Amino acid sequence: MTYLDHAATTPVLPEVVVAMSEAMSKTGNASSLHTSGRASRRRVEEARESIAAALGARPSEVLFTSGGTESDNLAVAGIFRARRAADPRRRRILAAGLEHHAVLDVVEYLVAKEGASVTWLEVDDFGRVHADTLAAAIAEDPTDVALVSVMWANNEVGTVNPIRELAAVAHVHGIPLHSDAVQAVGQLAVDFERSGADALTVTGHKIGGPTGVGVLLLRRKIAVVPLVHGGGQERGVRSGTLDVAGIVGLAVAVQDAVTHRAERAATLARLRNELIAAVTVRIPDVVLSGDPGQSLVDGGPSRLPGNAHLRFPGCEGDALLMLLDARGIECSTGSACNAGVPRASHVLLAMGQDERSARGALRFSFGHTSTSADVLAVDEAITPVVERARRAALAGARRR
Amino acid sequence: MRVLAAMSGGVDSAVAAALAVDAGHEVTGVHMALSRTPGTLRTGSRGCCTVEDAFDARRVSDLLGIPYYVWDFSEEFAEDVVADFLSEYAAGRTPNPCLRCNEKIKFAALLDRAIALGFDAVATGHHVRLRDGVLYRSVDAAKDQSYVLAVLTADQLAHSMFPLGELTKQQVRAEAARRGFAVAAKPDSYDICFIPEGDTHGYLVEKLGARQGSVVDAESGEVLAEHDGFFAYTIGQRKGLNLSRPAPDGRPRYVLGIEPVSGTVTVGPASGLDVSVLTADRVVFSRGEPPQFPLRTVAQLRAHGGQVPASADLVDGRIRLTLDEPLRGVAPGQTVVLYDAGDSFVIGAGTIIRAG
Repeated sequence: MTYLDHAATTPVLPEVVVAMSEAMSKTGNASSLHTSGRASRRRVEEARESIAAALGARPSEVLFTSGGTESDNLAVAGIFRARRAADPRRRRILAAGLEHHAVLDVVEYLVAKEGASVTWLEVDDFGRVHADTLAAAIAEDPTDVALVSVMWANNEVGTVNPIRELAAVAHVHGIPLHSDAVQAVGQLAVDFERSGADALTVTGHKIGGPTGVGVLLLRRKIAVVPLVHGGGQERGVRSGTLDVAGIVGLAVAVQDAVTHRAERAATLARLRNELIAAVTVRIPDVVLSGDPGQSLVDGGPSRLPGNAHLRFPGCEGDALLMLLDARGIECSTGSACNAGVPRASHVLLAMGQDERSARGALRFSFGHTSTSADVLAVDEAITPVVERARRAALAGARRR
Repeated sequence: MRVLAAMSGGVDSAVAAALAVDAGHEVTGVHMALSRTPGTLRTGSRGCCTVEDAFDARRVSDLLGIPYYVWDFSEEFAEDVVADFLSEYAAGRTPNPCLRCNEKIKFAALLDRAIALGFDAVATGHHVRLRDGVLYRSVDAAKDQSYVLAVLTADQLAHSMFPLGELTKQQVRAEAARRGFAVAAKPDSYDICFIPEGDTHGYLVEKLGARQGSVVDAESGEVLAEHDGFFAYTIGQRKGLNLSRPAPDGRPRYVLGIEPVSGTVTVGPASGLDVSVLTADRVVFSRGEPPQFPLRTVAQLRAHGGQVPASADLVDGRIRLTLDEPLRGVAPGQTVVLYDAGDSFVIGAGTIIRAG
């Protein structure tokens, strides 16, 4: 099996499985006052401290959630509601059109149901938000902006955004910035304090950790209105019995991701470059989407080291995926979607590509289990797969 | 063989896929997404096209241990089935969208893509038997679907597989239950899948406007009433005409004709509905080549029922049919299917352009 879909989810690290099994074998609600409760609480707080240290945050800035989607929702809706409650003029959200649906959909919900307005930030052909674009959008009326949300690195095309610059621009007017860093952790140097971001989304299952647990890093001065009401376990901002085993597993995964980031990023970049080179030899008209990865953003890579997003002219992405799947190669046409119905990616459309070109896209994403054998497998399969997919697309085109 | 099983999410296609697996084929399940906004169909109809149906098809594929994908044919469906359905109604004809979907989507867009991607055949859950390129009626006469497949060409049939032909519907359900399929007791779908709540009339009014007009007596030419839209009428209809005055001779009146431009609906006695001679074009023969004409046949004019013995001839590529007994309520746009004189297999099909 050639697994090249780490951006969707990663194989769980063996040490995470061990740590979680051990934690699950222990009883104790982390909010209970007795001995086993205190023991569970200790595991949670040690995990919190470990995650904070690894990501350049203070322990009190780490809020445990059910994962990336909840963290994004909590940041966007929670900050919007708190900022608007403090000043009713603040109803405008600034976000990039190629955000993950966990951001896009909550923005659209707030527009539809809570009187928010939105300014979609323009991106360049690589899918990057520039600081002057954000400055111009804020300048339309700095007093009415509730928050800015820009992802650290795009999950589909891998382009990295200059978060530190963007946060500085937002802060000129005292506007908070949220960033979804789900894809960035483990591949890029993510330092919450240094980034200037006010809220940052991180999740476990993209870095060899468990699914269903994540964090929102949130500066203490930023007020949020909770989404989930109950016992107020997480600073009164997030309720729900703490998932001790999940939190322990997350901490192990974050620690691993940060400790091994530099060497792993180098390996991922090498494999990715090999894959792009090999496919380009086989299929000369293949096109790489997103930033080519040859420059620097804030001193780091301009493209996620593990991401190769390729467009195969004249093909349908879902046909390519099926044909590769039949040969034991697993990748993606973009981000996984609800009904399994293939759609042209909103990310590629936001980058100015037409629907037809956007439909021939495949995302190969490398991670901690990837090796050169994976590249070799794609190299061997890609020519017959693309030829066949082209014939199928032609057969479809002839009918229309 | 590499077989693509078209899986609607219903019990028939689930069992068809299972039988294809049993027969030793390498099977891949594919659910066709036919709506850009499947959520809107959720409440409307059952049996295909909704998100739940896609889910049901996926669960059956899981049990069969076969790969499963969703293929998007919403563009083709909107163009070749929905738009065709609307324009046929707008022209005063009565189309059969399921038949059109078989002809243009399942055994065309889907089949072509499947063949191009390396499959040898498409298997569906239709109740029909295919032997040596000839479509035979299902053993379950009540569920027989040879009528809606008769429009397939020899080439399409050569790449088709209908594993259910030897089973009754009851046997299909029993088979699904035996295999633990959750869809074993799923109700059959009778509605048109893209029309919410089965309200065809409301759907047509929404899409095409009301199209009001007069109800006119065929014999006297007298205007008997004004109607809210001719979509509410089909040729041969007797009920719901809401005419305040009875016919002079007291006999019931039927819809005899619909004139789409003026919206005029003509009504008259049953005798005006009786049709003995029909002409059909867009003729397809299952074998490819036409058989020896003239010939004796059983003609079928609706998806269920409406069979009548007839003599058929082929004139300038069109079928001319003389029915042994006159039939009531035959409208242009309907498909006529010719079976052999013993009424067991399909010879060919055509679209009625003239009745009377």
